[in-house]
Amino acid sequence: MNSRGTWMIIITLGIAMLMMILPLPEWARLYRPQWVTLTLIYWCIALPHRIGVGSGFSVGIVLDALTGTLLGQHALGLSLITFLASQLHARIRVFPFWQQALVVLVLLVIEHLLALWVMGAIGQSPPGLQYWLMPLIGAALWPWVFITLRDVRRRFKVS
Amino acid sequence: MVLAVILSIVLMVIDQRYQHLQQVRSALAIATYPLHFLADLPVTASLWIQEITATRSDLMEANEKLHAENLKMQAQLQKYQALQSENLRLRDLLDSSFKVGDRVLVAELSAVDLDPYKQQVVINKGTASGVFEGQPVLDADAVMGQVIQSTPFSSTVLLITDASHSIPVQVLRNGLRTLAIGSGRINELDLPYLPTNSDIREGDLLVTSGLGGKFPSGYPVATVTRVDRSADNAFATITAEPAAHLDRSREVLLVWTVGVSLENLGDNNATPPAKSEEGRQ
Repeated sequence: MNSRGTWMIIITLGIAMLMMILPLPEWARLYRPQWVTLTLIYWCIALPHRIGVGSGFSVGIVLDALTGTLLGQHALGLSLITFLASQLHARIRVFPFWQQALVVLVLLVIEHLLALWVMGAIGQSPPGLQYWLMPLIGAALWPWVFITLRDVRRRFKVS
Repeated sequence: MVLAVILSIVLMVIDQRYQHLQQVRSALAIATYPLHFLADLPVTASLWIQEITATRSDLMEANEKLHAENLKMQAQLQKYQALQSENLRLRDLLDSSFKVGDRVLVAELSAVDLDPYKQQVVINKGTASGVFEGQPVLDADAVMGQVIQSTPFSSTVLLITDASHSIPVQVLRNGLRTLAIGSGRINELDLPYLPTNSDIREGDLLVTSGLGGKFPSGYPVATVTRVDRSADNAFATITAEPAAHLDRSREVLLVWTVGVSLENLGDNNATPPAKSEEGRQ
């Protein structure tokens, strides 16, 4: 197990985090796809021996600090997602794009559901129905995320 | 896996209930500051380019306008100062302590989007400028919120409309005191603790009451937009609209409350002595 391209993984995750906090117009704020989760799912499927629950947890903590949510809210969701993704990685890899997108949709919905439970538990006002559009948009963007990151992985020989 | 889940749940509980994680949060906030800075960069750069490409005639026009405005403001301020000293003298006669004179610092919002389901913003001043946790934040019109976390160069501000925020207010017209609680929507505050027979109307201005010791008293907060007194409920359902432009302001004011004693009121010094920061809670 060598550590080639660790920097590339960190940079892609950094860019994903940047896209989570980039200012958007007010109407578009609620439809922001979960970039970090998508990127993490990709690395999890591509390199299951390197990216696992530990990485998911640490990325989640950083994301919590970044977006000002309760410390642990994203960490909980992302560690569960990375766990599921690394369990399923062998199967997801051979799926065609649209089937991959469906699996990703389920994963994104699970993360959203966990976040919703946390919000409910701490008495934050429940978000509207458009909350569930976020995973849909994320899943629709999956093929592009996948292709981009696969090219990045091949170009920089991340293994 | 199980470990990570348990760890994150424990973290969440500690973060929600206790203050112990404040240091961890501050350290993480410093680590993520470069990302905030990068996200804000396009806006800052475009403002800077606008500034250096402004034409001379534009600048002259703006200058003239500001000059005229300044004159008008100064005329108003003269009256205000006379009133303030008179008010202080009267208060002193009544033996009541009263704080006036606030030191303010202008900060700018960073163009950073935080969690869309929490009403928080990031500003570009931090502990290096003397910002402290719990500090009130205003815009040009009214109260916006308070600082909940600060790093050396940036701070996070919780807006008054966040669902976890409440602010002690009073009705300007008759001094009726209550709490205004955030609704989670950017343009709405709830006033759930007033009985149906209380004297409050649509259009009433709510100002800070100064109780609770966090916000200085007398700053406008919101205007009452709807009063619903249904007979089957002991409390009226009252909503108010924040007077501050929570979703539009780019410049905000950070306030330090300053005590002015009667002795040094004689010389009309514009900058009263700075008072040390107030403790949290």
